[in-house]
Amino acid sequence: MSAKAEPWQTAEIAGPKKALVITKPEVAAAMIKRAKRPILIVGHLSTKTDSDTGKMIDYTIRLNKATGIPVVATAHTIREFVKQGFQPAAQMSAMDIGNRLKDPTWNGLDGKGPYDVALFMGLPYYMEFVILSGLKHFATNLKTISLDKYYDPHASWSFPNLKVEEWTQSFETIIKKLGGN
Amino acid sequence: MAKKGLVVKVKELKTNIAVVKGLEVSIGKIVDDTWEEPEGPTPFPSMTDLRDWDFKLLQRYKPFYLPFCDVCCLCTFGKCDLSGDKRGACGLNMAAQSSRIVLLACCIGAATHTAHARHLIHHLIEKHGRNFPLDQGGLNIDIEAPVTRLVCGIRPKTLKDLEDAVEWAEEQVTHCLSATHTGQEGSNLDFESKAFHVGMADQVGMEIADLAQISVYNFPKADPEAPLVELGFGAADVKKPTILVIGHNVPSSVGIIDYLTKKKLLGKVEVVGICCTAIDLTRYSTAAKIVGPISWQLKYIRSGLADLIVVDEQCIRADALEEAQKVKTPVIASSPKNCLGLENSTDKPANELISKLVEGKVPGVLIFDPEKVGEVAVESVMAVAPKRNKFSIIPEIDEIIAAGKACSGCNECIRACPNNQPIPEAMKAAAEGNLKPFAEIFDNCVGCARCDSACPKDFPLHSFMIKAGEDKSLSEKFMMRSGRGAIQDIEIRNVGGPIVLGEIPGIVALVGCANYPDGNEAVAEIAEEFAKRRYIVVLSGCAAMSAAMVKDEEGKTIYEKYPGGFEAGGVLNVGSCVANPHIAGAAIKVASIFAKRNIRANYEEIADYIHNRVGAVGLAWGAMSQKAASIAAGFWRLGVPVIVGPHGSKYRRMLLGRKDKKEDWYVYDARTGDKVYTGPTPEHLFTTAETKEEAIVMIAKLCMRPNDTTKGRSMKLTHYIDLHKRYYGVMPDDVHLYVRNKMDIPITMKPEVLKILEEKNWKETRIPDPTLLKRMIRKRG
Repeated sequence: MSAKAEPWQTAEIAGPKKALVITKPEVAAAMIKRAKRPILIVGHLSTKTDSDTGKMIDYTIRLNKATGIPVVATAHTIREFVKQGFQPAAQMSAMDIGNRLKDPTWNGLDGKGPYDVALFMGLPYYMEFVILSGLKHFATNLKTISLDKYYDPHASWSFPNLKVEEWTQSFETIIKKLGGN
Repeated sequence: MAKKGLVVKVKELKTNIAVVKGLEVSIGKIVDDTWEEPEGPTPFPSMTDLRDWDFKLLQRYKPFYLPFCDVCCLCTFGKCDLSGDKRGACGLNMAAQSSRIVLLACCIGAATHTAHARHLIHHLIEKHGRNFPLDQGGLNIDIEAPVTRLVCGIRPKTLKDLEDAVEWAEEQVTHCLSATHTGQEGSNLDFESKAFHVGMADQVGMEIADLAQISVYNFPKADPEAPLVELGFGAADVKKPTILVIGHNVPSSVGIIDYLTKKKLLGKVEVVGICCTAIDLTRYSTAAKIVGPISWQLKYIRSGLADLIVVDEQCIRADALEEAQKVKTPVIASSPKNCLGLENSTDKPANELISKLVEGKVPGVLIFDPEKVGEVAVESVMAVAPKRNKFSIIPEIDEIIAAGKACSGCNECIRACPNNQPIPEAMKAAAEGNLKPFAEIFDNCVGCARCDSACPKDFPLHSFMIKAGEDKSLSEKFMMRSGRGAIQDIEIRNVGGPIVLGEIPGIVALVGCANYPDGNEAVAEIAEEFAKRRYIVVLSGCAAMSAAMVKDEEGKTIYEKYPGGFEAGGVLNVGSCVANPHIAGAAIKVASIFAKRNIRANYEEIADYIHNRVGAVGLAWGAMSQKAASIAAGFWRLGVPVIVGPHGSKYRRMLLGRKDKKEDWYVYDARTGDKVYTGPTPEHLFTTAETKEEAIVMIAKLCMRPNDTTKGRSMKLTHYIDLHKRYYGVMPDDVHLYVRNKMDIPITMKPEVLKILEEKNWKETRIPDPTLLKRMIRKRG
């Protein structure tokens, strides 16, 4: 896995504050494990099955089964989840969940308090880019992790730009480290 | 009236020669005292006159800022790092800076439309005189210029009357732009209010522009049967000399048609257009044809089909001249806003310019006189066309294969592509002689050609796509209804009640540019989904063109399948970008004609009416420009929600409601003064849809309004639930928020909805006479 971290879309330069690079999947697993109130936001690109992305929604379900992390499905992603017999914690637009996460008084989907770590995957790159930026600036108590295969500099932590095999292998490692199958 | 410094009112004036009664004179003009409608509180409003209204909306729909980066770089104090809770050297924080950027975008958009209007008025007055009568629809329209009436409080009758309104709009743009200067406004909410204000001014500017051109050029006048016109690469007979016009401001293109007509050459030269000039030219003459939306510029130019290009203003590629030179196509620039570095040749003899263009001595000429543009364009193209012989720079297949083999797979092209199109894979396939992946990319390509610029080997990747897609594209021909202009008063009379009561489930306005995430088809699909459900579907600009670019199995486009009237199930193309105020105008006219509200300078009351009663939603699926931002801002201030496609998230600020905060969704009941919970109707003022499926479900939801009758709400809920189940596969989890009493529940969905209501501990609420304005409460004491 390369530690090189440039934004996937060349012109999407961020900074001065930029995401720390997750160089080893074990680091991501440890962060998820340490989180007291994590949440996973899954966009529609996770449902695509092509040679470029694989079917990443399967990993989100396995991640949920391993950790119990609540899953928010954005746009029509929920349709694929339900088809696979999985019930996400909520269906919500990406902007809506972003807007709630930035609110320190929001007590979460279950009313038990604010989330401390939000994991994102499967949104269009540029859309996730700006939402993560909104959270970087206005959700000061929240850490964000981009699990997409592209480096997203507005997250707190992000994978670098990865090859598909590296990416899927990272998920296998994370899920295994978290006690999943 | 704030606009004029001196107003003299005389009840009765006795002189030696006459007795004058009720005379009111202001400096520079006679006030229209024949208009019985009383003047409302905000004629020619200043930047802060409607601030209280804005703050009411912003209290409910709070900004969610999405900055591109952490810094501000607008002055030499900077760059300033605004991350975290830092402030810049000027004291501005990130929220204010983000809203400042929104205001800046809206100012650019409003300036563009207003300058367009100013140019048109100037040109048309010069040509036809200041007393040329305005006519938007003859006897079918009594309330012409509803936006200008509402905002400015005037009722324009002639071209000269438009000058007051455009002057006001120019002043507002200047004031609002000045607020973005370093050391001016410091509050993010005040920046937002100013963005709303300049958006409102933009609506006035656009309305003036379209009203002037409809009147003088005799465009379709509120005509539901506006002619069907041809669109697509295959629409024109390009064996003929072909002039391509690009842009938005139509006089120079009109000059071409007029010259062809005068010389009896219509039919011997093809005139095709891209973007809004194309729409407006087909409103002028059905002899003109449309190539497609803005994203088709490079595809057409590089194909070499145009023998001469005329550009006016707005949304034209900055490299149009260079690209045209590559295919030996001369260019005529015709707008002071877009001179392309060419020498101003307006005063030179036409013959001299024609000769220079035909002999290729200059790549283009700059001519500001539309009539001269017509003459030079037509005479030049007839001589240039045989010499060019449709010269093209689209590569042959063997060149593409060779490039595929030489490609190093560096990924710079895909990293430059806004839609992450798999260009490296297409290059690999091309190396094997398979161009199918490139053809697929062509369908989704927005035509930016950033891939070309990024390629370290300088491969013309966009041209590879054009080659791969040419078999399909060159033969494509579609039918689009030409821009009809305003909505007739009688149409409003017929549908005003059903709209306000909710029995027509909504007005869906598909507007804006062509920066789509996945091709043209989504616009057509969304339009048809709602037309079938008997919403009123209104389109304009590039979205109106894209909606035409899909045919059913019988070969028909939606314009051939659905009526062009403002009616349930109607599909209307109102016209180009500057026709957008006809959509706002329809909502304003509902308040005037159906509800008998005074609209003259009565903005706040009418916006409150529209926000609470008229179930209209705008979708700018491919919004790209600053003009799209200001158009949206004009709708925000009217309380009309706007959705953008995923690229629209890059406008960097949403206005989002919180349906989980019950306290945000109370209105006054105008009958009693009580505060009544109405549910989140509409839930957002500005948001992004990630996918077309999400946009469809969101539109249905955002059409709900507090005023809906039980029958109307039941219908709207039917569509919302049905679409949610179809696209998401499940019942919506918020249906209980939209049921006020059990009569609202769609009868066929009763068991499942009742179950949800029980689970959610739902309580019945009453349907108020809704208003956000305390002053509208009728009961006192």
